[in-house]
Amino acid sequence: MKTINFMGRRKLAAAISIALVLLSVAWLAVNQLNWGLDFTGGTLVEVHYSDSADLNAIRQTLQDAGHEGAIVVSFGSDKDVLIRLPKGYSDKQGAELLVLLQESYSETVELRRIEFVGPQVGDELREQGGLAMLLALALVMLYIAFRFQFKFAVGAVVALVHDVLITLGFFSVTGLEFDLTVLAALLAVIGYSLNDTIVVSDRIRENFRKLRRAEPLEVINISLTETLGRTLVTSFTTLLVLGALAMFGGEIIRGFAIALIVGVAIGTYSSIYVAANVLLTMGVSKEDLMIPVKEGAEQEELTP
Amino acid sequence: MLNKYPLWKYLLVLFVLSLGAFYAAPNLYAPDPALQITGDSSAQVIDEQTLGRVTRALEEAGIDHFGEMIDPRGRNALVRLRNAEKQLIAQAAVSKALGDGFIIALNLAPTTPDWLSDYGAQPMKLGLDLSGGVHFKLEVDVNAAMERRLETQLNEVKRLLREERIRGFVGFDNKGRIEGKFKTEELREAARAVIAEAYPALMLDRVDADDNWIIYASMTEQTRSEIADYAVSQNLTTLRNRVNELGVSEPLVQRQGQNRIVVELPGIQDTAEAKRILGKVANLEFRLVARSDALPSERQRFDYRSPDRAGSSEWLERDVIITGERVNNAAASFDQNGQPNVNISLDSEGGQAMSRATRNNIKRRMGVLFIERKYRTRYETGEDGVEVAVKMPYDEKKLLTAPVIQSALGASFQITGLDSPGEASELALMLRAGALAAPISFVEERTVGPSLGAENIRLGVKSVQIGLALVALFMVLYYRVFGVAAVIALSCNLVLLIAVMSILGATLTLPGIAGIVLTVGMAVDANVLIFSRIREELRNGLSPQMAIHAGFERAVATILDANITTLIVALILYAVGTGPVKGFAVTLSVGIVTSMFTAIVGTRALVNLIYGGRRVRSLSIGGRNATPQGAEA
Repeated sequence: MKTINFMGRRKLAAAISIALVLLSVAWLAVNQLNWGLDFTGGTLVEVHYSDSADLNAIRQTLQDAGHEGAIVVSFGSDKDVLIRLPKGYSDKQGAELLVLLQESYSETVELRRIEFVGPQVGDELREQGGLAMLLALALVMLYIAFRFQFKFAVGAVVALVHDVLITLGFFSVTGLEFDLTVLAALLAVIGYSLNDTIVVSDRIRENFRKLRRAEPLEVINISLTETLGRTLVTSFTTLLVLGALAMFGGEIIRGFAIALIVGVAIGTYSSIYVAANVLLTMGVSKEDLMIPVKEGAEQEELTP
Repeated sequence: MLNKYPLWKYLLVLFVLSLGAFYAAPNLYAPDPALQITGDSSAQVIDEQTLGRVTRALEEAGIDHFGEMIDPRGRNALVRLRNAEKQLIAQAAVSKALGDGFIIALNLAPTTPDWLSDYGAQPMKLGLDLSGGVHFKLEVDVNAAMERRLETQLNEVKRLLREERIRGFVGFDNKGRIEGKFKTEELREAARAVIAEAYPALMLDRVDADDNWIIYASMTEQTRSEIADYAVSQNLTTLRNRVNELGVSEPLVQRQGQNRIVVELPGIQDTAEAKRILGKVANLEFRLVARSDALPSERQRFDYRSPDRAGSSEWLERDVIITGERVNNAAASFDQNGQPNVNISLDSEGGQAMSRATRNNIKRRMGVLFIERKYRTRYETGEDGVEVAVKMPYDEKKLLTAPVIQSALGASFQITGLDSPGEASELALMLRAGALAAPISFVEERTVGPSLGAENIRLGVKSVQIGLALVALFMVLYYRVFGVAAVIALSCNLVLLIAVMSILGATLTLPGIAGIVLTVGMAVDANVLIFSRIREELRNGLSPQMAIHAGFERAVATILDANITTLIVALILYAVGTGPVKGFAVTLSVGIVTSMFTAIVGTRALVNLIYGGRRVRSLSIGGRNATPQGAEA
C-alpha cells in the first residue's frame, strides 16, 4: 500500500487546529454557552396538547397570570410545547402552570415533564463537570505515560483538549442548549477520541521498534496510513449509529447525539493530525520506545 | 492445529451466551400497568373485602382488570389492568370507592414467568425518564441543626450554672458561640470546670476584657461534622418513612454528597401530594408558657396555628425544653372523655429534660410550637440591572396547643386539647414519621409523565434497531463473511449487555439507551481492528490461517489499551454523574467489557468454526488485496 504523506501537511494542519481552537475559545469567552436548565436552575414544563398548540395564546395566558419572562417554544412537534420559567421561581410553579394551561384550553393538556432545578445545584454541576473533565484528562495522561511514554501522553491530551474545546465552540456558535447529557457526551468524546489516538500511538510504537532505520516522520506516516482504514471504518460505524440516534432518538437526546457527532468527527481528524503532530514537534525518536534490556538476562544466556 | 479452539472453549462461549440469553430474557416480557393499593397506616389491613370494593369500582368504570392479588402480610394489593391509558381513570375510580385511609399508586407489574424468576432472572429497572415518575433532590439545612443544638446546650449551661450557684451572664455572642461573663476569676474557673465536665466536646477559650472574666464555648470541627452527619442520616430515615406513606412500589431514598438526599418515586404523578408529605418540616418545640411577671427578654409571643383560634396568642418562655428530634413516637387516640389526643414518647434524654422542666411547674401550662419552613420572596437587582426574585427560607413558629401540666411528665405523656381527631392524627403522623432533625428544602425536581416515558422507550429501542441494522449492513458489505461473524458477535454483545445490566440490577435510563447505541457503533471497533490486521497480514504474504492467527494475537493488545482508557473515562462519568448520566456511564462501561469478550473471544470462535483446522485458499474479508499473492503453495 502506498504510504500517504500525512505529516507533509502538518504545518497547515497545525494552523487549522490552532485557528479552530482559538476561535472556539474566543467565541466561548464572548458568548459563553447556552446553558441548559441543569446548569442555570429554573423551571421547565413540557406539555402535550391534543391538537396543535397556539403558542401566542399560551404566552398571553402566562403573561396574564403574571409569569413574566416565560419562554414558550414548540418542542419536536407543534403539539408539544416547552415552557421555561426564569430562575427565582419556586418549586411549586411547575404544577401550577399545568393547571393554568389546562384551564385555558378546552381539550386535554397532558403533562410530559416538569423539571425544577435550584440555582445552587446548577453552580455545583458546572464545577463538578469541569472537575470531572480535568480528572479524566489527568488519569488518562497518567495511564498513557505509564503504558507508552510521556510524549505520547502529551500528544493524546493535547488532542483531547483540542476535541473538547472545538466541540464546546460548536455548541457556543450554534447556540445549541448545553445540558447534562451534552456534558456526558463530551466525556464520551474524550473516551472515543482517546480510543482513536491510542490505536494510532500503538502502531507508531510498534513501527518505531520494527522499522529501525526509518525517520520519525516516515514512521508516523506509515503508521497513520496503516491505521487509516480502521480509523475511518470505526468513525463511520459510530457516526452511523449516532446519526440514527439524532434522527430517531427524540428531542431530549438530540443534543447528546449532535455533541458526539461533532466530537467523533473532530476526534477522527485529531487522532491523525493533532496527536502525531505533537509527537513530532516534541521530537519523538525510537530511543523513547526501546524496551529496556534487563541486566541479568544477558548473563544467563552466557552460562550454558 | 492453528485456529482451532479446544471443545471446552466453544462450550464456554456457548455457556456464557446461553446464560446471557437466560438473564436477558425477562426484558422481553412487557410489564402490565397496575394499581397498587396500600393502607396509609400500618394498622390498615388490606383484605378480600377491600379487594372486592376495588374490583367492583373498576367494573363500574368499565375498566378491564385481572391478576388481583394481596400480599401474604395483608399490607398491599395489586390489580393489573389491560390498558395503560386507563390507569389514571382507574386510580381515580378506586380512590373514590375506597375513600380515605388508602393510598392508590400507579405501578408497572413485572410479568416475568416463574421459570425465569425462580432463578433470579429479573428485567432491568427503568429509570424515571423511561417509567415516568418524580425525582426530587432535597437539601438538608445542617446549619439549622447546628444552631438548634447550640441553643439546647446554652440552656443546659445556664441550668448547670444556676444549680451550682455560679453567678454570671450567659448568652450567645455575635459569632454564634456561647459566652459567659463573670465578675471574678474564681467564678469563671468554677464555671469552666462545670462546663468542661458536662460537655467535654465543647472547646473552651478564656478571655479577660475590662473588668469581666469571659469564657467562650464553641463546638469543635469534629462535633460539627458529627451533628451535620446525624442530621442528614436522621432526615434520611424520616424521609424513608414518609415515602413509605406514599405507597410507591419501588421508591429510592438515597444520600448524595454532604447534605443532599435524592428521592425517586416511580409512577407518581401527583407531585403536589408527594411534596406535601415529603416536605413537611414537622418540628416541635416544647416551652413553658411564661409567667405574667416574666421579663420581656425572657419571653416571646406566638400566634395559634389553628384558623379557629386566629388572632389569639400566648407568651412563651425563651427556653426550649425539648425539640422534635427527641420524639421517638407519637400516636393519635382518644382520652377517657372521647377527646382527641396524641400520645408522645420521648427518648431518655428528652424524658429527663421533660421531667426536670415539669416537676416544679405543675399546673403551669406548656406550649407546643409547630415549626414549618417557609419561603419569603425578596426582589433584588443584580449586577446586570435585572431584577431577580430571591427565595429566603424562614421558620414559621406557630402555637399548636398550650395544655396545663397536670403532673410531672416523663418520657411518655399525652397532648390533649387538640381541636379535632383530624388535627390529632395529622400531628401524630408528623411526629411519628420522626420530626426532622434539620429543615429540608427542595433543590431539584424532575417529573416525567408516563406518556413521555413510554415514548422515550419506543424511540430508544428504534434508534438501537436502526443503528444496529445500519452497522450490520455496512459490516457485511465491507468484511463479507468476517462481517457476518462480527454482526453475530455484536448481537451477542447486546444480549450480554442487557443480561449484565439485569443481573446487576442497574437502572436503564434514556442516556443509558444512548450509551447502548454508542456501544453498538464502537463495539465493532475491536472487530475492525482485528480484521484490518488480518488484511494487512494477508498483504504481507502470510497464509490465511497464519493471518487470522496473527491478526487476532496482535490486535488484542491495542484493543485492551484503547478500551481500558475508555473505561477510565466511563468510570469517572459514573463517579461524578447523577441520575440519567450515571445510567449512560453504566451502559458504556458494561458495554465496553462485554464487547471485549464478544469481539475477541466470540468472533474468534465463529471464525475458527468457519475457517479453522482446514486448508483455506482465501478469506472472505473484503478489500482488494485480501487474497494472498503467494498462498497457492
